[in-house]
Amino acid sequence: MTSIIERGAATRPIVPPPARKPGFFGSSTGQKAVMAVTGAVLVLFLAGHMAGNLKTFAGATAFNEYAAWLREVGYPALPKRAVLTLVEVVLVAAVGLHLWSAVALARRAARARPVRYARRRRSQAGGYVVHIMRWGGLTIALFVIYHLLDLTFGVANPAGPAATPYARVVAGFQHWYVTLVYTLAVVMVGLHLRHGLWSAFQTLGLGRHRKALQAGAVLVSAGLVAGFLSVPYAVLIGVVR
Amino acid sequence: MNLTLKIWRQHDAAKSGQMVTYHVEEVSPDMSFLEMLDVLNERLILDGDDPVAFDHDCREGICGMCGLVINGVAHGESRATTTCQLHMRQFSDGDVITVEPWRAAPFPVIKDLVVDRSAFDRIIQAGGFISVPAGSAPDAHAVPVKKEDADAAFDAATCIGCGACVAACPNGSASLFTAAKITHLGLLPQGQPERAVRAKAMVEQMDLEGFGGCTNTGECTAVCPKGIPLDTIARMNADFLGRRG
Repeated sequence: MTSIIERGAATRPIVPPPARKPGFFGSSTGQKAVMAVTGAVLVLFLAGHMAGNLKTFAGATAFNEYAAWLREVGYPALPKRAVLTLVEVVLVAAVGLHLWSAVALARRAARARPVRYARRRRSQAGGYVVHIMRWGGLTIALFVIYHLLDLTFGVANPAGPAATPYARVVAGFQHWYVTLVYTLAVVMVGLHLRHGLWSAFQTLGLGRHRKALQAGAVLVSAGLVAGFLSVPYAVLIGVVR
Repeated sequence: MNLTLKIWRQHDAAKSGQMVTYHVEEVSPDMSFLEMLDVLNERLILDGDDPVAFDHDCREGICGMCGLVINGVAHGESRATTTCQLHMRQFSDGDVITVEPWRAAPFPVIKDLVVDRSAFDRIIQAGGFISVPAGSAPDAHAVPVKKEDADAAFDAATCIGCGACVAACPNGSASLFTAAKITHLGLLPQGQPERAVRAKAMVEQMDLEGFGGCTNTGECTAVCPKGIPLDTIARMNADFLGRRG
């Protein structure tokens, strides 16, 4: 039995051209740029957040004053909470756009491979990337919700919403399971950033020194993880009380 | 050596396919992977069966025609090697080898292990060229090119368009292929006038064909028979975004 193999004519498109061009936000590279820029915003926030956390070691008064100051930066020149509200709006927008681009790219990827390989594709590049970035990102999103309920609104905190910020930190992290949840989440953030940090440079076309960027990403991620975990563990072992 | 092959058989693009098991005996370790498939096909033809269709041409690793996903890895596990240059000495007696076509929506299966890679042609047609009056060849030293640029452009130009990058990418992205051509032309003086337009047009076509987006996993460059570096994708992104700067 013979069959004729028909070669696709090079001029015949498989996908008919759309009526409207996809534009910047419809292109894969545009979506990736959104991912990179919003990720960079979130990393800068994390660095500030981590530095602020270290105030815990300066004692209850200093930490509570710092927490109060965050709510009145620029006062009386600016209304109270003006700066904080601005930061909140930027963060919500950044998280929203980061999620949007992740979903858009994941859907694009799913459409690009409708038939899977029978033999499970073996990674040739140490690639934990896809699972860490997509499922890890989801884990981090869920953690952020819990984290806000715990230490921002205080409703999920053992000391309750009425307690001072310092009291909430100490009350929560005394419990090993709270510290465990935070540890898992923060390590996940570190793994996310290990790829995300250098990847953002690559996506924005700044990735000409890839090895250096990858090493830098590992260092910055490890630094953030260590900084974030220092407070819960200090509480757990009783250094901060 | 004796081998068990699990090969994707699909009569044509319209029909659905399935994995079929074959046994091949007395395979010489000096055979290439494609020669081993030739042996199988000779037997299938003698038995009156339909031989396994697979792409191949030069069989010396430079044309870009061959390409099979072997045990889940595009072009098999030998690095910087096309399927035709993969030899059976890489396998052991009694091995079970899975052989599949490139899997990507823009690469529809034509038959068995043969896919239609015309999508790559259309990406090149969108901007992978320079629109200058060709005339006669200029003197080699008429336009100076830095040695590093010449080397990097040549490295990118070694892309043979086999499509292994797409097959290996968890997102089914054609970024490495597209970036190789953008880098090749974008590093040379002749490619400068159309550099931004080219990147935009080629990326747009790549998206239109239905390829996925790059997430910098590095799977593509790991299987690339020509070792096209991931840095080419950074250059493609820079050229694409630069137009809007």
